[in-house]
Amino acid sequence: MLLPDSIELADLAARWRSAYVHVPFCRRRCPYCDFAVVAPGDPHTDDLPNLTTRYLAALHAEIDLQPDWSPLDAVNLGGGTPSSIGAAAVGKIVEHLDSRFEIAPGAEVSVEANPEDVTEELVDGLLGAGVNRISIGVQSFDDEVLRFLGRAHTAEEAAAALEMCVPRLNCGVDLIFGAPGESLDSWRATVTSALEVYPHHLSAYALTVESGTSLWRAVRAGAAAPDADDQADKYEIVQAAAGDANLVQYEVSNYARPGFTCRYNLSTWGQGEYLGFGLGAHGHRDGVRSRNVRSVLAYVKALESGELPEAGRETPAERDMERLMLGVRRACGVNLGEWEGAAERHEGLQRLVAAGVVEIDRGRLRVLRPLLADDVAATVLSLSS
Amino acid sequence: MTEPRRIRNFCIIAHIDHGKSTLADRLLEATGAIDARNMRAQMLDTMDLERERGITIKANSVSIRYTPPGGEEHLLNLIDTPGHVDFSYEVSRSLAACEGALLLVDASQGIEAQTLANAYLAIESGLEIIPVINKIDLPAADPDRVAKELAGILGGSADEIIAVSAKTGAGIDEMLNAIIEKLPPPEGDPEAPTRALVFDSYYDTYRGVVCHVRVVDGELETGDDVRFMATSIAASADEIGMHLPASQVVKKLHNGEVGYLITGIKEIDLIRVGDTVTSARDGADGALPGYSEPKPMVYSGLFPIDGDDFERLRDALDRLRLNDSSLLYRAETSRALGFGFRAGFLGLLHMEIVRERLEREYDLDLVTTAPSVEYEATTTDGVALKVSSPQDLPDRSILEAIAEPYVKVMIITPSDYVGTVMELVQQRRGEMGEMTYLSPTRVELHYEIPLAEIVYDFFDQLKSRTKGYASMDYEPAAYRKSDLVRVDILLNDTAVDAFSTIVHRDKAYHYGRQMATRLRGLIPRQLFDVPIQAAIGGRIIARETIKAKRKDVTAKCYGGDITRKRKLLERQKEGKKRMKMVGAVEVPQEAFVSALRIDE
Ligand SMILES: Nc1nc2c(ncn2[C@@H]2O[C@H](COP(=O)(O)OP(=O)(O)OP(=O)(O)O)[C@@H](O)[C@H]2O)c(=O)[nH]1
Ligand SMILES: [Mg+2]
Repeated sequence: MLLPDSIELADLAARWRSAYVHVPFCRRRCPYCDFAVVAPGDPHTDDLPNLTTRYLAALHAEIDLQPDWSPLDAVNLGGGTPSSIGAAAVGKIVEHLDSRFEIAPGAEVSVEANPEDVTEELVDGLLGAGVNRISIGVQSFDDEVLRFLGRAHTAEEAAAALEMCVPRLNCGVDLIFGAPGESLDSWRATVTSALEVYPHHLSAYALTVESGTSLWRAVRAGAAAPDADDQADKYEIVQAAAGDANLVQYEVSNYARPGFTCRYNLSTWGQGEYLGFGLGAHGHRDGVRSRNVRSVLAYVKALESGELPEAGRETPAERDMERLMLGVRRACGVNLGEWEGAAERHEGLQRLVAAGVVEIDRGRLRVLRPLLADDVAATVLSLSS
Repeated sequence: MTEPRRIRNFCIIAHIDHGKSTLADRLLEATGAIDARNMRAQMLDTMDLERERGITIKANSVSIRYTPPGGEEHLLNLIDTPGHVDFSYEVSRSLAACEGALLLVDASQGIEAQTLANAYLAIESGLEIIPVINKIDLPAADPDRVAKELAGILGGSADEIIAVSAKTGAGIDEMLNAIIEKLPPPEGDPEAPTRALVFDSYYDTYRGVVCHVRVVDGELETGDDVRFMATSIAASADEIGMHLPASQVVKKLHNGEVGYLITGIKEIDLIRVGDTVTSARDGADGALPGYSEPKPMVYSGLFPIDGDDFERLRDALDRLRLNDSSLLYRAETSRALGFGFRAGFLGLLHMEIVRERLEREYDLDLVTTAPSVEYEATTTDGVALKVSSPQDLPDRSILEAIAEPYVKVMIITPSDYVGTVMELVQQRRGEMGEMTYLSPTRVELHYEIPLAEIVYDFFDQLKSRTKGYASMDYEPAAYRKSDLVRVDILLNDTAVDAFSTIVHRDKAYHYGRQMATRLRGLIPRQLFDVPIQAAIGGRIIARETIKAKRKDVTAKCYGGDITRKRKLLERQKEGKKRMKMVGAVEVPQEAFVSALRIDE
């Protein structure tokens, strides 16, 4: 078995092909979220059941419109809240992807879920639909923090959801740290609770203030903002605890038991290709990056008239720079390839080496302090003038 | 030719904004030199910056033909001067070309500092002064009070003082009459060898150097071989003419007349303003009393943000100097800022104008270092040095003494604010001199203050503490020894020359603290803790620390949106490019600009 942070696994992942399916529906809009989301109260949501039906039909139409591709190694239903459409609807999507492109044997089929949706019935349904992985948006085990994050579940519901899932399928826990008001002790307790159930996978993301969100408006109006040093402390707490619990860090924010690395995730940072279906979804196919429209009505209408809902596409210049920029986020690092000489001569990069932020060993660059990964990535980008 | 008895040469002098240029407009209009259709406000202020800021920067001369009712035609040569203290040099040299001056006073403001300063200059130059009260149309005008103040200074009767409005034109005819009646015609010997004073010059791309001359003795004729006496440069008088205000070529300029002279000379440095033009053969023996060179009051470093712009900056400075001989500069190297120039200016306004012209007309992005004055340092072995850049100060081990320039400052203020003004002056190490009451409610105060203490914000402070009522003027005084020290700013233990400054020992701590705090806010966190220290010699007087950066990473990538991620990182990369490495510390260009900004 390949370890989550092994070079071999990362190289393999770079060749995997995935599909991402976006399910935008949410019970409410979380104040920090800037995903393409449809929540009650938004425009055109008077008849939400009807909109959902039209949306799902459009999604299937989009799957049909996409040109043939080879088998999929990973399928990821994200959102929004994919669990909100129920196991049957999920099953139809998985089935359609399989009949259209073929889902490879042993492929990862993953669904994001909110704790309040998780029931034995849902898990049964998902398993029956061919889903083998679930990632649960726990975020925190502190009800105060959950309230601040605008979540609809409680810590108790989250614990129950994990207890239900971990024994039955490959289960990931998603956490968010560094909300203003979250104490170090609160975060330690959250991490402990998450690891207690020995999940297959753990993602821990620092709360980010994305422009245009209601959190952003509040901060702009003077509310407390997340503090970078506080987040650094919390990052180190989860990093240490995950290690103690035998989860292996394979990317800046991700940890896995050996054998349970999230394929879709690792493939993204390996510059792997993926099809993107649904509102605001991004695709990466044949070297072209494309993105779908973010307005639900525009999305549905495009597909109802037989057109692709694309909002734009680009062929990134300097593909190899992109590979480096993405690769530095992986624990196994990235092969410098033709940039090795330039890296040796680059003052900024050498300063990072001297400061112990990165190491360069036999042509491979590895970030030793992932908390500074963006500084490294920006420096790496400047290797090509 | 116009016989000297029908010529009047005069300038308009006043405190800033009292309406000199507007009055010149009315004179041009009333005499028909410009017809109403072509008139625009402050006609003579032709530079873009003059028009934008609404002030006169350069003196401008114009000749007007005028026939008073029932009289003979006269030739009036008038020079409109700037009021701002930075440009008082322009006033001095204008005075030397005239026999008379109109001293203008705003009827709502009364006598202010430059009114007095310029009046004294005119009296010293032996000029006949006609006091004129302007802006009598204003509701707040108090011509009677102002007339009394004027009579108190110039003598004579308050009742006879002319009152005008340069806005409405009221009183302009009376003033024209007084110009003819009261101002003396030029003297000078028509038979003597030619002597003409060069009182201004400018560079014209097509015609080369154009000299403004006032013929004192003899005459200048087109085609004459002439000689500039101070530089002994010979040239030929290719073109002679008058500004009416449109240029009009004439064959000759006679004694008493004012006009322009174009020789073949292209290099502005070969012609000195204040020089005397004479005939090449049988020329005059002695030159006219010239001018002293304008002396820079403040110095500052000018560095291109983009190091590749150094040569462009040099070209731009060379070109500005063509029409601004008071601008001095020499190349200077800064470890922190690279190659640039140390430039001397007449004052902060002059500095600001030059900087603005460089940025706007020549499209340069500049870092300007903190303004400094020129110190005199003496070393232990007795060598005296001029120090206009803190980095040139000799090491403390061989430094015997430092002297700094003082200025004589005249402040005019309502008597209610005398205490406030004294307090301010004391904070600035000033020494009290005389105090005179101009009227029961207005006081003229004299001080000697170190120039370094007034260049920054003294004037703003004076204005704000007196609700705008006080005005000031200053002129150089002697140097004095002071307890001065150089404060260095160390970033990660390396001194950053651009931030060094020379200050009085009592103020060193304040400067050090302020700079350290500012820089802490301006320099982004680095990979390691960066100490910022202010030091005198080896002694640290202030310290701040920029804590090491711990987190610089975005959590995740939204829905596979690599494009957005890349854009963010590209921006971060561009930000890094604009950093200057100072020692091992990345300092953004903006930090230099903001840290050196002159505000408290
Ligand atoms: N009401 C009124 N305003 C006037 C009069 N004369 C000038 N002004 C105004 O006063 C302001 C300053 O006028 P300028 O002619 O530029 O003054 P200046 O003395 O040439 O100023 P500097 O050259 O900068 O020293 C302008 O806004 C004029 O319009 C006047 O007689 N009455
Ligand atoms: Mg003016």
